[in-house]
Amino acid sequence: MRQSRRPHRIALIVLLALISAALMAPLIAPYAFDALDLANRRAAPSSGHWFGTDELGRDLFTRVFFGARVSLAIGLGSALLSVMLGTLVGATAGYVGRWADDLLMRTTDAMLCIPRLPLLMIAAAFAQPEVWLLVVLVSCVGWMETARVVRTSVQSIAARDFVAAARALGVAPWRVVARHVLPGTIPVLTVATTLAVGRGILLESTISFFGVGVQPPTASWGNMLYQAQTTMSTEPWLAVFPGAMIFVTVLACNTLGDAIGAPRQATSRSR
Amino acid sequence: MLPIVGRRALHALPLLLIISLVLFGLLHLAPGGPLSTYLENPNVRPEDIERLRKAMGLDRPLGVQYLAWLAAFVRGDWGYSYADGRPVFDRVMERIPATLELIGAACALALTIAIPVAVVAASRRLVDRVSAPLAVAGISLPVFWFGLLLQLVFANALGWLPSSGRQAFDGGGFADRMAHLLLPAVVLAAALAAGWSRYLRRSMHEALALPFVAVARSRGISEARVTWRHALRVALPPFVTVVLLDASMLASGAVVTESIFAWPGIGSLFTESLAKRDYTVLMAFLMLGSVAVLVLNLIADLAVAWLDPRVSSER
Repeated sequence: MRQSRRPHRIALIVLLALISAALMAPLIAPYAFDALDLANRRAAPSSGHWFGTDELGRDLFTRVFFGARVSLAIGLGSALLSVMLGTLVGATAGYVGRWADDLLMRTTDAMLCIPRLPLLMIAAAFAQPEVWLLVVLVSCVGWMETARVVRTSVQSIAARDFVAAARALGVAPWRVVARHVLPGTIPVLTVATTLAVGRGILLESTISFFGVGVQPPTASWGNMLYQAQTTMSTEPWLAVFPGAMIFVTVLACNTLGDAIGAPRQATSRSR
Repeated sequence: MLPIVGRRALHALPLLLIISLVLFGLLHLAPGGPLSTYLENPNVRPEDIERLRKAMGLDRPLGVQYLAWLAAFVRGDWGYSYADGRPVFDRVMERIPATLELIGAACALALTIAIPVAVVAASRRLVDRVSAPLAVAGISLPVFWFGLLLQLVFANALGWLPSSGRQAFDGGGFADRMAHLLLPAVVLAAALAAGWSRYLRRSMHEALALPFVAVARSRGISEARVTWRHALRVALPPFVTVVLLDASMLASGAVVTESIFAWPGIGSLFTESLAKRDYTVLMAFLMLGSVAVLVLNLIADLAVAWLDPRVSSER
């Protein structure tokens, strides 16, 4: 079944646009990050303030731009770190096998049993983390899916003749894995990373929404919603726009992840 | 059948051990350990903290503490809430019916949407064209934002439904209970229905491509019967597994949904306790949630063995 490629292109363009907008936020945002416009506090969206203003008269459009830096950084950072962790666990389990496989995969199964979001919320409440530590915490609850797919992929690649040949030539085990086995898992890893970006952004925004993630004055899409929920009925725009940004970003990540994953699924089905 | 039950139960034991170790580790990772709430209180002297540490057995070796904690947990002795001094077990148990009501309603709603949509989408491209993007949107939707939006539209702007709680202050009848249940159930169901329909559509697609389906078709069996009776029978066992394995997602979803709609279940108990850093309640929630997921995993294995005779005859 051939699917239209258009949604995937749009998703890629949206993501690239978001990332570049976040990088250039200070240059292209219409106002300074903490500029107050006391005459226009709690103003509804208008031509002067596209997304409206908050209770201090700060321009929401500007804050959404700056929030993008934090949210995207956490999403991308946690995706890379969690995929690295997952690859380490999955590749070791899949290549070494036996007791290492049992130990690591039982741990992975156990971690998957613990409800992810509450676990992360407790850890964040304890650690009161800076942004970098938040990235680490999000990765610590998000590596399991990668570990599983990498293990399966490594197992099937390690059983191939060229790996046996490399071993027979006396190549050191870690080198066999790094040079011969892992390159074969790159398609799997690409999908895993893309999906992990979306998941990371969702997790960060959710825990920030509950007040235990990114702390003010740093703005992230999640903690903007945390501040907005008390005034939801009078100033809905404060909640609508940051949430819409989360939705669009995660949607783009998932669409892209599907697109990269789809051809692989098609081939594995026909095999 | 019985050997499978035994084997799976044996498989679950080490998982339980690892889970409890992780959670115990988390508890001790907290700044100041389990006593941190007292450390921040200027009215509690260092001597008192030392005395408490001894009284609570926190000066014993970690291994001993872990075993004592585990033994107490199994007995239903989950400690006392820091917030109101009541036993954690009681506080958790009184919230469970509300959570089960919400989760039950959400799952029923999600299944009644996901199954027909997925089955039809697997054979009709037009339905697929519409439902596939909707499903991706559904899994990308931040649950808390979706909840806030529905609240904004249906409770605040239109005033059709109550914005929070489980019933009106004066008790309320059946209609009132349903009105309170609707929004939170829809929010929780949306993400589930999206994920489940995606999965079932894919496995239906694979099932419809199997040779025996082609044989059934060539024998003149109607397309509807082939789809619903033959292919669905094959696609269902893995789907049941996925539905049951999503239990851990349910725990996360319940926390978010209950908090937004002030639904008086264990999810909102969790966020209330999080705000007060009420460790004992938080740990009980995590432990209970993990055990529930583990048990549902077991049930999933057994359900598949029951639905798919090939599994139970293995080995």
